[in-house]
Amino acid sequence: MRAAVAAGEQRQLSIGLSITRTLLVLGGGGLALLALMVVAVAVGSTSVSLGDTAAILGHRLLGLPVAQTWPATAETIILDIRLPRVLTAMLVGGGLAMAGTVFQALLRNPLADPYVIGTAAGASFGAALGIAAPLLLPALAIGAGTSLLGLGVVQVLAFAGGLGTVLLVYAVARSAGRVQVITLLLTGYAVSAVLAAMVALLMFLSGRALGAIFGWLMGSLANSTWPSLAFSAPLLLLGFVLLLARWRRMNLLLLGDAQAASLGVDVEREKLVLTLLATLATSAAVAVSGTIGFVGLVVPHLLRLVIGPDHRLLLPASLLAGAGLLVLADTGARLVPGGGIPVGVVTALIGAPFFLWLLRRSRISRVELGA
Amino acid sequence: MTTAIAAPIATLAGVSFSYPRHGREPLEVVQDVDLQLQPGELVALLGANGSGKTTLLRLLSGALRADSGVVEVAGRPLGEWRRMALAQRVAVLPQHLELPEGFRVAELVAMGRAPHARRLFGSTADDERAVERALLDADARDLAERYPQELSGGERQRVLVAMALAQEPELLLLDEPTLHLDLAHQVALLRQLRRLHAQRRLTVLAVLHDLNLAAAFAPRVVLLHQGRVAADGASEDVLTPETIAGVFGVRMEPVVTSGAHRYLALDLD
Repeated sequence: MRAAVAAGEQRQLSIGLSITRTLLVLGGGGLALLALMVVAVAVGSTSVSLGDTAAILGHRLLGLPVAQTWPATAETIILDIRLPRVLTAMLVGGGLAMAGTVFQALLRNPLADPYVIGTAAGASFGAALGIAAPLLLPALAIGAGTSLLGLGVVQVLAFAGGLGTVLLVYAVARSAGRVQVITLLLTGYAVSAVLAAMVALLMFLSGRALGAIFGWLMGSLANSTWPSLAFSAPLLLLGFVLLLARWRRMNLLLLGDAQAASLGVDVEREKLVLTLLATLATSAAVAVSGTIGFVGLVVPHLLRLVIGPDHRLLLPASLLAGAGLLVLADTGARLVPGGGIPVGVVTALIGAPFFLWLLRRSRISRVELGA
Repeated sequence: MTTAIAAPIATLAGVSFSYPRHGREPLEVVQDVDLQLQPGELVALLGANGSGKTTLLRLLSGALRADSGVVEVAGRPLGEWRRMALAQRVAVLPQHLELPEGFRVAELVAMGRAPHARRLFGSTADDERAVERALLDADARDLAERYPQELSGGERQRVLVAMALAQEPELLLLDEPTLHLDLAHQVALLRQLRRLHAQRRLTVLAVLHDLNLAAAFAPRVVLLHQGRVAADGASEDVLTPETIAGVFGVRMEPVVTSGAHRYLALDLD
């Protein structure tokens, strides 16, 4: 917050962020997200009143001395089923939006998303392998029951697949110690195509597992548990802290490689570090949720139009907005009669038209907000 | 401090550089170049297209590494400099720079402070002073609240100069700063650079195309020809019809104006 304080001095020339804008965006966003979280936890097939929900959360999470007036079943539903799902939605949405912000800066392309250089294809391949392998090769004796660090085989393979694919793409795209953006994008595209074909092949061969693989590819938070949250949360939060600390270098990269270098940035190293951190966050998100689209593309893009491109504000804001958006989408997905639908369908179905609408309004809102 | 004044700010000694090419001989762009820049010098770098001017600047800024020879800044070989420390001394105004949208000019100029950044998230009073001064010195103070897409060509160039000045370098490398500017803006920019050179004791090496502008701008001119230094010295000694004919293959006639300034006039016949 020192940034905001320094910039907040009443000077004619302001070179940093204004304290009011920072507070408005991050404070307001944080409070809105908290309120959204409570509401999202309260609603569902069995409705728990907002008051009871707030009391349960306050009592059990913050240790507030509240007299227990709610039924025990309500507490079970809130704490064991809905809360891990809502928190997972927040982390996944925030992580994807943050990673999207990084890739859009790194590739200097507003259409980049966290999946653009192969994370999604790699994670999908890993997950499909994890789902199909027990059926295709029963002798392996791995199945839904096998777990590592509280994670199922599918999640572990999805995580490893995402991370491994990006490392492969990066290594292939690198020549003479340099990685060019266009080569990186094209390599990611080619490797993704190969992996997508392999996923299709697995789906074709697996028969019974077809539905499970397809469900995973669409992205769903229905299987969120405390252990999977305990795996992805530290990775995502670590990624956020380390990325936020590099905000200045990310801003400089927007000037182009040559100018960033003459301003003291070790460009090739920075590209690698940013790619790794963003991919770590993306893979951690995808491992527990499948490939949920649009959040990582839409959120950073829209926020940049509204609050500007300074990563000091853009990164934390995209974390909050991504979290909020996915909680909203997942709550909608849960409430669809008949047991809900995959959240990935909701983000694409509502996200894309919303994106178009805001894109058309964007110029106006920037002026209105005085950003 | 007496030794520091005598020592050159930048030295190239026997520097060669070639760009690797697929399946062909590497393209030799700079060959065996010796060049010394003394602190506070104002030097114009001239030469035909492809003569190695931009490459020479990039070798000096550390963007490229010489194949052979030594490049030194402030007496230390470039390889021994940390990037940030080098960026505190050497600023580059590139030939082409796309300013990212969405940042105010003040924020863009503040990016020039990056090599001096001391705080993780904020800026120091030094940063604010340096940005203010850079904007004033580059005649861009009134542009501080504008966005890049609202700038004319001349205003854009002033913003780029301000960014470089905010870096508070000792050596300023400019790659065709007058490109895309009309004559009035070319003159205004070069005047401004000369004033800054005098005010800040800045060492300036500028790639220029117009021979007369170069002669009026810089007391010293370095002429590159096919990657080698063809001539280096006082502008009136270097920019003669003979050297121009040798380097550019163009005939020029010397013309003396009433103010005793000597100009080169193009002879198209």
